[in-house]
Amino acid sequence: MKPISPKPSPRRFHQASWDEPVIFELSQPGQRGVLLPPVEAGIEQEVGNPARTLPDQLRRTVPPALPEMAQVHVLRHYDRISQENLGVDLNIDIGQGTCTMKYSPKINDQLARTHKLTELHPLQDISTVQGILEVMYHLEEMLKEISGMDRFSLQPGAGGSAIYANVCMMRAYHNSRSEGKQRNEVITTIFSHPSNAAAAKVAGYKVITLYPDSNGYPDLEALKAAVSDRTAGLLITNPEDTGIFNPKIAEFTRIVHEAGGLCCYDQANVNGILGITRAREAGFDMCHFNLHKSFSTPHGCGGPGAGACGVTEKLFPFLPVPTTEFDGQKYYLNYNRPKSIGKIRPFYGVTANILRAYAWIMSLGADGLREVAEIAVLNNNYLLKKVLEIRGVSAPYAKGKRRIEQVRYSWEQLTQETGVHSEEMEIRVTDFGMHYWTSHHPFVVPEPMTLEPTESYSKADMDEYVAVLKQISNEAYTNPEIIKTAPHNSTVHRTYQEPFDNPNEWAVTWRAYQRKTGQKKV
Amino acid sequence: MEHKRLGLIVNPIAGIGGRVGLKGSDGKDIQERARILGAIPLAGERAVLALERLLPLSENIELLVPPEDMGETIARRCGFSPLVIPTTGLANKSPTPFPFGRGEGGNKTTPEDTFYSARTMREAGVDLILFSGGDGTARDIYNSIGNNFPVLGIPAGVKIQSAVFATTPRNAGELAAEFLQGKGVRLLEAEVVDLDEDAYRLGQIVTRLYGYLKIPYRREVIQNQKVPSPASSAVQMQGIATDIIEQMKPDLAYILGPGTTTRSVAEQIGLPKTLVGVDIITKTEFLAADVGERQILDMMERRPMGLIITPTGGQGFLLGRGNQQISPDVIRRVSREDMLVICLASKIAALQGRPLLVDSGDHQVDRLLVGYLPVISGYHETIIYKVEAPDS
Amino acid sequence: MNTKKPVYPYIPNSVPEVKAEMLCSVGASSMDELYADIPANLRFKGRLNLPDRLISEAELIRHVDGLLNKNRSTRETLSFLGAGCYQHQVPAVCDEINSRGEFLTAYAGDPYEDHGRFQALFEYESMMAELLNMDVVNVPNYDCFQASATALRMAARITGRSIVLVPVNISYDKFSKVKEYLEPDIAIERIPFDPKSGLLDLDILKTLLSEQIAAVYFENPSYLGLLETQADKISQLAHNVGAISVVSVDPLSLGVIRPPVEYGADIVCGDIQTLGVHMQYGGGNGGFIASNDDPKTVMEFPSRLFGVAPTIVEGEYGFGDVAYERTSFALREEGKEWVGTAAALWGITAGVYLALMGPQGMVEIGESIMQRCCYAMKKIAAFPNLKVTFNHTPHFNEFVVNFDKVGKTAREVNKALLDQDIFGGKDLSEEFPALGQSILFCVSEIHSQVDIDRLVSILKEVVK
Repeated sequence: MKPISPKPSPRRFHQASWDEPVIFELSQPGQRGVLLPPVEAGIEQEVGNPARTLPDQLRRTVPPALPEMAQVHVLRHYDRISQENLGVDLNIDIGQGTCTMKYSPKINDQLARTHKLTELHPLQDISTVQGILEVMYHLEEMLKEISGMDRFSLQPGAGGSAIYANVCMMRAYHNSRSEGKQRNEVITTIFSHPSNAAAAKVAGYKVITLYPDSNGYPDLEALKAAVSDRTAGLLITNPEDTGIFNPKIAEFTRIVHEAGGLCCYDQANVNGILGITRAREAGFDMCHFNLHKSFSTPHGCGGPGAGACGVTEKLFPFLPVPTTEFDGQKYYLNYNRPKSIGKIRPFYGVTANILRAYAWIMSLGADGLREVAEIAVLNNNYLLKKVLEIRGVSAPYAKGKRRIEQVRYSWEQLTQETGVHSEEMEIRVTDFGMHYWTSHHPFVVPEPMTLEPTESYSKADMDEYVAVLKQISNEAYTNPEIIKTAPHNSTVHRTYQEPFDNPNEWAVTWRAYQRKTGQKKV
Repeated sequence: MEHKRLGLIVNPIAGIGGRVGLKGSDGKDIQERARILGAIPLAGERAVLALERLLPLSENIELLVPPEDMGETIARRCGFSPLVIPTTGLANKSPTPFPFGRGEGGNKTTPEDTFYSARTMREAGVDLILFSGGDGTARDIYNSIGNNFPVLGIPAGVKIQSAVFATTPRNAGELAAEFLQGKGVRLLEAEVVDLDEDAYRLGQIVTRLYGYLKIPYRREVIQNQKVPSPASSAVQMQGIATDIIEQMKPDLAYILGPGTTTRSVAEQIGLPKTLVGVDIITKTEFLAADVGERQILDMMERRPMGLIITPTGGQGFLLGRGNQQISPDVIRRVSREDMLVICLASKIAALQGRPLLVDSGDHQVDRLLVGYLPVISGYHETIIYKVEAPDS
Repeated sequence: MNTKKPVYPYIPNSVPEVKAEMLCSVGASSMDELYADIPANLRFKGRLNLPDRLISEAELIRHVDGLLNKNRSTRETLSFLGAGCYQHQVPAVCDEINSRGEFLTAYAGDPYEDHGRFQALFEYESMMAELLNMDVVNVPNYDCFQASATALRMAARITGRSIVLVPVNISYDKFSKVKEYLEPDIAIERIPFDPKSGLLDLDILKTLLSEQIAAVYFENPSYLGLLETQADKISQLAHNVGAISVVSVDPLSLGVIRPPVEYGADIVCGDIQTLGVHMQYGGGNGGFIASNDDPKTVMEFPSRLFGVAPTIVEGEYGFGDVAYERTSFALREEGKEWVGTAAALWGITAGVYLALMGPQGMVEIGESIMQRCCYAMKKIAAFPNLKVTFNHTPHFNEFVVNFDKVGKTAREVNKALLDQDIFGGKDLSEEFPALGQSILFCVSEIHSQVDIDRLVSILKEVVK
């Protein structure tokens, strides 16, 4: 026989497509997926069935109309729709810029599923949970070293929550010095993550946003115009979402300190600078990390993540309660913290992710973290070079300079020449089993695309991604229709968008959908 | 797709001057000279590019066009079977006289023809008017049907300062197609700006904010961001208005510049607003409408005044394009802390890093404002943005 | 020391030859060139002081086992702990689905490439909707603390008012979070509870209500395990002044307890940890918020709302974000909070759980929990020295036992239980001094009669 032809590039991907109904349509009356321990006769004799004798205003009379399914059918349904999903495990996920989609090692998942973690109750006597407390303590030590901060809280559920905690501590700090009312402004930049501005607003601050200078760096002169005795602090991401490191970052913190404000470092983009540069030396009073970004814990379709906020000694009194301490003999939780901002969430943090992050750092060590950063940056600059070879794309700002761990590109030229928009190309990319993300709003960079390769991908992976982009660029110039009618190889085809905005049509639930489409309830 | 009606108006002389080095194309003399110089009308070609995007939908679109080179020729060439509507022939019988003087009709088309075509199309109930031309054509359409009717410009003039044009002819066709298919395209008010042509030919830029037209604008094709998009423009404007009103001093009168963002301020207080002109208000009452420089200065003799302005006239001009009533003399008499600049964040972002510009006419006054300015972009949200004076 | 250049299984391009080749292709002679933009004085000198690397999985397992083996889990030790984190049967299929790499490692793809995620979360929203009898349920947020705080902010935005009423008998931790989150825009006033019944004091509630109140918030069951039998009245009183009724529930109870909307709740919130999510030392929370399909309310949700729509092909389900641009605006509080990475995987898990349980399962678990809880209460109340504090009010899942008569502190009782290899309940003495030396015990469907009898007999010994 002749050899089989080699695989073409890009590959002829097609997403799994089961044409799977919505789960309610799979219901079969009488089926059960799982059973419960039966109530013993002795209990029944003593107390009867209290649920049946509840007062009317509390008793449910009609069981909830959930689907009735045998166990294997539930499993099969969810397994099938899981196949209609792309994750880092499956796909070269470098297109989710700012998300740091790196490999989440399976060994860490396994370690987190032991009953010695999953079946712990948070209120158990501390003598019975020394192991997990030790893990939390050690992770804190590691993050202290990585950032240079003095203390950490691992309580926040993710990045936004960590930023919010930092902002609350900022507020508590100024209140403690009777400057809380006066200092009602927070400064951020347009390329920092929007959670910074949003958290500050929820906490009651006025938000001042700085736009970049002509080179794409945060504008130092604008900062000088923005600070005053009303400044509570600076919330800034660095490198910013454009992948550009602000070389004047220490100037920024100095200026804000001089004005009496605090400096808070959003380190969502720390992946390229682990072990290279730290929050402390840049002059920051506070910082936060996303364990589900830089520290490999999986993203879970949108959570749970885990956030960690770090502070210098002067802010330690305000850290959320409890903190994890060691008295020389045992680990314990310290609730005796009168100035603390209180609790951010129930209990102590997303423990499974705390363990995963801990295990990840343990399996890499200092040299490994350094390698993570260096390869993330090397990969990004390699990708930058390859992407810029594609027709119609550019990388605005910092011309000729290196980027750190991601780049925000612009398809402006391609759009001018072909009329195809970045958001349309975003859909076409899914036809190749890939993803790309544009940018947060508003689009300061026109027709944006933000890519972040991280250290998890090989040269071949990136070449494959670039080949897809190149293909789509060519299509824009020669066959834009195929882009405008995408997707073609996905689980479903182009979805009508109008129902999502029309109150008469939108349906957040199956029952709403049935009601609004005039169907009888099953 | 539902059956829709689309109007197409081509201004065959738009851009005619530009190609042969004459600036603009208003006025019979200029047109004559251009034809002698061999200029070929541009608007027709551009319209073809747009119409091509609509051809796949031609079964469901009824196309209305004025005769011959104002639309009919191009429509047929593209493969449509349009309904031809009369133009100034109707003028003689029309109850509404053309307010800007008579044209001569015949082969040479005039603003009058655009005016009546648009009027007829609106009365015929078209769903959208596509026009191919420049600022002058936009101005004529605005005069004809005002700002409450969906219109979109195919850029084909030399002067394209107005914001009512799509970025390219192809995009105009795309946008029109999406709009007619009901694909969640929204309508947005966009500025119609008019450059004084004689001044322009002499190298001077004198712009007037003429009015607003409602144009379709693309929403996102899909929503997959990690955070919800910011509130829509209307909501952000409310935020800006609320913030400004909080900041307004109770007894100070404010000069309120033209624009839709400044209009929201007036609306929030419950006051009227001259969209394209300057009004005087306080935090609670309306003092004067559509004032000129003289009236402002007179009032300033009697009481101190503040200033609330938003960039108008396209290209990020804070002063000098469309709000000349706010003259250097006026600006000199407003204290810096009472000058409030408001603008949507999306408009600032659209500048793509270019600074806001002040061109009041007096370099010294310009220098007072050059530097970094706080721009109110939402409730308790400010952007610190760079302001420069254009190279003199 | 091993001087061979290490290779990292997680970092493909760390292979020295590949690294060199790539440096070459980007035109850099060293990594330092790539970091040229970072000023020298900000460069960290030397190596981070971190523990030595464990290069193999075997070593890592050994190390982590060594740590975690110092824990004693509730699988090994009988536990009656509750108070915001609950031990229930977690079906194996739930763990199977939430460990699938496609779900575990996906994130923010669009509805075409992540169709599965959108469908799974839409189904979660839909099944919750059946439990709650409401048409709008959000994609999960962080936890019930956040859900309660956000629900109250929503109420403030909808009504334009700035005071909310919150019971005294909610968890101190939850109150601390809610208070912080509502500052500085919204003030909180507390509704006391009747010391006999443990339910809200309606007389005082009436005096607190006014046209300035944005919302009345209460929990059902309450933090102390009580079912609020005055629920309709409370909602009614709120509505009388134009305030919103916000109720926080345990969704696991809704097989037998009436959905709050049916007793007047406008916004319902709570935690989904009880629906198939392991306790994980308190790391398994996920919050939900639900409402009716009223555009004014929908516009106030800061979370994502996934909805269904047709595609260009007949018979296909497409998904996407509903009301992506929230177009309402409330004076003085334009910030619709933020949406971040919250608890989507737990949402998917909860959907799996509800599908496995079905209507019958949810009824049975509600009945079982109430029966076992009631049984425990009855047995304990039989002892003269032990007081089941709110014995005459219906309970779900938890109940308070008072030890004042016994002359022992709650702490001592729990210690004695621990000595007998039982994790007792939550010591309430600091959180609610008015309740004296009390413990909150939690009894669920996983406690057999033998387990409960054991607790009772040991308590009997302890209080002798």
